[in-house]
Amino acid sequence: MRPQCHAPRRRREGETVAVGPPLMPLAGFLVGDAALLALGAAALVVGRRSAGSSIIYSGALVLSLLLFGAAAMRLLMATPPSTLVLPLGLPWLGANFRIDALSAFFLAIINFGGAAASLYGIGYGRHEHEPLRVLPFFPVFLAGMNLVLTADDAFTFLLSWEFMSLSSWALVMAHHREEDNLRAGLVYIIMASVGTFALLLAFGLLAGSDGGYAFADMRAHPPAPLIAAMVLGLVLFGAGSKAGLVPLHVWLPLAHPAAPSHVSALMSGVMTKVAVYGFIRVVFDLLGPAAWWWGIPVLVTGAATAVVGVLFALMQTDLKRVLAYSTIENIGVIFVALGLSLGFLASGFSAAAALAMTAALFHVLNHSLFKSLLFFGAGAVLTSTGSREMGLMGGLLNRMPATGLFVLVGCAAISALPPLNGFVSEWLVFQAILLSPALPSWALKLLIPAAGAMLALAAALAGACFVRLFGIAFLGRPRGLAAQNAVEVDRFSLTAMGALAYLCLLAGIFPGRLIDALTPVVRALIGANMISQSEIPWLSIAPIAESRSSYNGLLVFFFITSSALLAAYVIHRLASNVIRRAPAWDCGFPDASPVTQYSAESYAQPVRRVFGNFAFRAREHVEMPPPGDLRPSLLKVELLDLAWDVLYAPVIGVVGRLADWLNRMQFLTIRQYLSLVFAALVFLLLVLASWG
Amino acid sequence: MGLIGDLSIQISEMLVVLLLAPLLTGFIRKTKARLLRRQGPPLLQPYLDLVKLARKEAVVAESASWLFRVAPYIVFATTWVAAALVPTFATGLLFSWSADLIAITALLGSARFFLALAGMDVGTSFGGIGSSREMMFATLAEPALIMIVFTLALIAGSTQLSTVATFMLSPVVGLRVSLALALIALVIVAIAENARIPVDNPATHLELTMIHEAMVLEYSGRHLAMIELSSQIKLLLYISLIACVFVPWGLAPVAASFPVHLGGAVAYVGKLTGAGLMLALFETAVAKMRVFRVPDFLGVALMLGLLATLLRFMSRGL
Repeated sequence: MRPQCHAPRRRREGETVAVGPPLMPLAGFLVGDAALLALGAAALVVGRRSAGSSIIYSGALVLSLLLFGAAAMRLLMATPPSTLVLPLGLPWLGANFRIDALSAFFLAIINFGGAAASLYGIGYGRHEHEPLRVLPFFPVFLAGMNLVLTADDAFTFLLSWEFMSLSSWALVMAHHREEDNLRAGLVYIIMASVGTFALLLAFGLLAGSDGGYAFADMRAHPPAPLIAAMVLGLVLFGAGSKAGLVPLHVWLPLAHPAAPSHVSALMSGVMTKVAVYGFIRVVFDLLGPAAWWWGIPVLVTGAATAVVGVLFALMQTDLKRVLAYSTIENIGVIFVALGLSLGFLASGFSAAAALAMTAALFHVLNHSLFKSLLFFGAGAVLTSTGSREMGLMGGLLNRMPATGLFVLVGCAAISALPPLNGFVSEWLVFQAILLSPALPSWALKLLIPAAGAMLALAAALAGACFVRLFGIAFLGRPRGLAAQNAVEVDRFSLTAMGALAYLCLLAGIFPGRLIDALTPVVRALIGANMISQSEIPWLSIAPIAESRSSYNGLLVFFFITSSALLAAYVIHRLASNVIRRAPAWDCGFPDASPVTQYSAESYAQPVRRVFGNFAFRAREHVEMPPPGDLRPSLLKVELLDLAWDVLYAPVIGVVGRLADWLNRMQFLTIRQYLSLVFAALVFLLLVLASWG
Repeated sequence: MGLIGDLSIQISEMLVVLLLAPLLTGFIRKTKARLLRRQGPPLLQPYLDLVKLARKEAVVAESASWLFRVAPYIVFATTWVAAALVPTFATGLLFSWSADLIAITALLGSARFFLALAGMDVGTSFGGIGSSREMMFATLAEPALIMIVFTLALIAGSTQLSTVATFMLSPVVGLRVSLALALIALVIVAIAENARIPVDNPATHLELTMIHEAMVLEYSGRHLAMIELSSQIKLLLYISLIACVFVPWGLAPVAASFPVHLGGAVAYVGKLTGAGLMLALFETAVAKMRVFRVPDFLGVALMLGLLATLLRFMSRGL
């Protein structure tokens, strides 16, 4: 994280802590959230003006930076948790707020992502046709996410959660005139409601019959094992549907790309993290001591999510949809690490659990950085070419050099290449996997290597996916006029992308500092933490004290740069530095048509052949007209998302049939209605009688 | 010895991989030619080729971007750094703690990433075909390699390659089923990653069979020299990796005396010769497979790697 961002804030915060009452900072966060809400209201007024979008995004930028500084401050200073109760909400409960290390970490992530998106929005928002459909909801969405992270009772949590869902839904529907977006919005709102409903049930079970809806009550009275198991399942469903776990992921690749690009970045890079926060908060904090098997469902869904997500990402031709599916993959990686942590925790291996938890949180941070960066890049491409279709692009690196460079950094980081940040979290997850043979449970012993293989497979596929994305969109020759005439985007967007790319590198070469910053979070959740990385010489990182493994991003970075520069220098000095530009060789074929390049579909064809059958039952239909027929020949590829067929289609069918059946109730006579009411009354009284 | 000793070993190691790699390729070519009863090019031909290429002007396609010109150096640098971290004749490498086996795998992944991008940069169909097939193979070869790394790390208790090699030298290792499986898997991965027969033919420019060569088709001059050199280093790296883990004998331990290191160097040259002979024999004896048979071939490696890891999870003895 950039120290220069919160350096001035640090002093001010320090003074308030020293002088004022300890509750001030938390109240400050709520004031910040209220200010964001007010900004949303103000957008209704100023949104119509030409400078309106700049004003709103600048305001959101300042507020997000302040909140980020305050949160990072609390995290770095390891401030003890502070709580606050406001007389709002349910009368006997009030609105409870609390910030501990976990909240502070996630607050820092989302506000940094919010700040980057606001900065990007200053430039990007100018191209918005209907600013009033975006501007009011953007700060409100940020406020909603902030409130979820500070909520300390079930009511406030769910209210803020719904607030976040609805404001992001409004943003998804910003361009509602496009056909696909309507469907995206419908699927999103249904899935979001179902997810919230699952969370509602989970909190109901946690609160128990006494109705202790404050998190402090839940923490004090952990539920019985059976109830805890049900809560785990419900939270995995509720938070998982928001995060995009397979098979609840279907809304995500529809909804995230539909929103304006900086909002897509927020939804993919940041909102999914709020879902991860919800999962961690309930399972690691409220649910009491873990049972041995809790890790298993988390691990299995995580591993499946990682592989399915990236396989689908490889098959997409829409730039933003590729990124949305890749988000699903990264969420899978995070959940695998969380599952490992649960498994270790239940068996009492706290050092290993701390390692896995650190890996998960590190990946949360990494993903928020590079996914925001990549969505910004996709937005820049969209602004400059007017399309998200990879098949129309090509050669953008020559026309948008800065955007191209930043997106390249993002692609390398998300493909887990050293010395960038993606590799560090992958390395930590692998190190955690290598500690797992010590676990006593046979089921976990069998599952963890398989999950490791799935992760390795997902990482390799991600590499292929992002070579494809960058290679088709930014390299090669332009496939259309739009790509031919593309120009570089504005400075605000470039600054936002550049800052994120720089941070990807920074987090990759100084991982030890970040791991140390995560220590209070991990200690609060697990009760142990990774060894202090600052004590390891030369800025290396090491997973646990007994291990002899280590990794040093700085040295790897130094070695790669120095040997590349050395090689270039030696060759240019001693041999030749002459360059001659000539037409491409291409084995002597003179056809220069850009259509002969590999397309997004053909690039993915080998992978589709290999994995297509079991992953998405890919079917190819070749339509070859006989000689003399003038119709063009066609190759059609059908991909099926098994989740739709197996899971959703039956549910939709049942709901449809139920609706048809209930429809008959609309056409009853008055006597039949009265008898229905009477029957319902009798039934309810009987229930009441048997309950008592 | 201490720091100075380790540093000198590290530097000599970096030079060894750099200078020996073309010789190994020349040796394999010569052996293959002799097996086919041809005279074959001289042993030192790869050096001459590299010098010749480096001194020529580089022809760059008009549609190429800066990435096309930068990629060869990145590919070379990442491969060289990875190779410098694999013990060849001694385990006491100064910087072995800076990157472990997982990082070495990922460094090779970086080289592949940039090479595949460079293949697509000019915008010709050959570059695309090579790049897309290379990445398809990588999606199976890389997890297989990670599984092998897991197996080794679980046996030796560390992912640090020097530590693994030292452990393999100690008598406690013995014969293990998981090691045998990992060896087979590693050999398969090495063949595929180095584009050797039966996966790819390094000596051909026949369109339908080429993968690696198709990716670098547009390169010439010094850029091609860099890429050729890095693929030669990569071959040496894989042979060193197999040698230091599965045939560690002769490897000079940490803080050994100078004669021991000399012995290690002699043993290393012996191992390279043996591996080169075996590779040449194998390549002469088998035919290339169809592209879509390769995933099955690599799938075997992945499954063997996973099996070996599972065995290690199940039992300490296997």
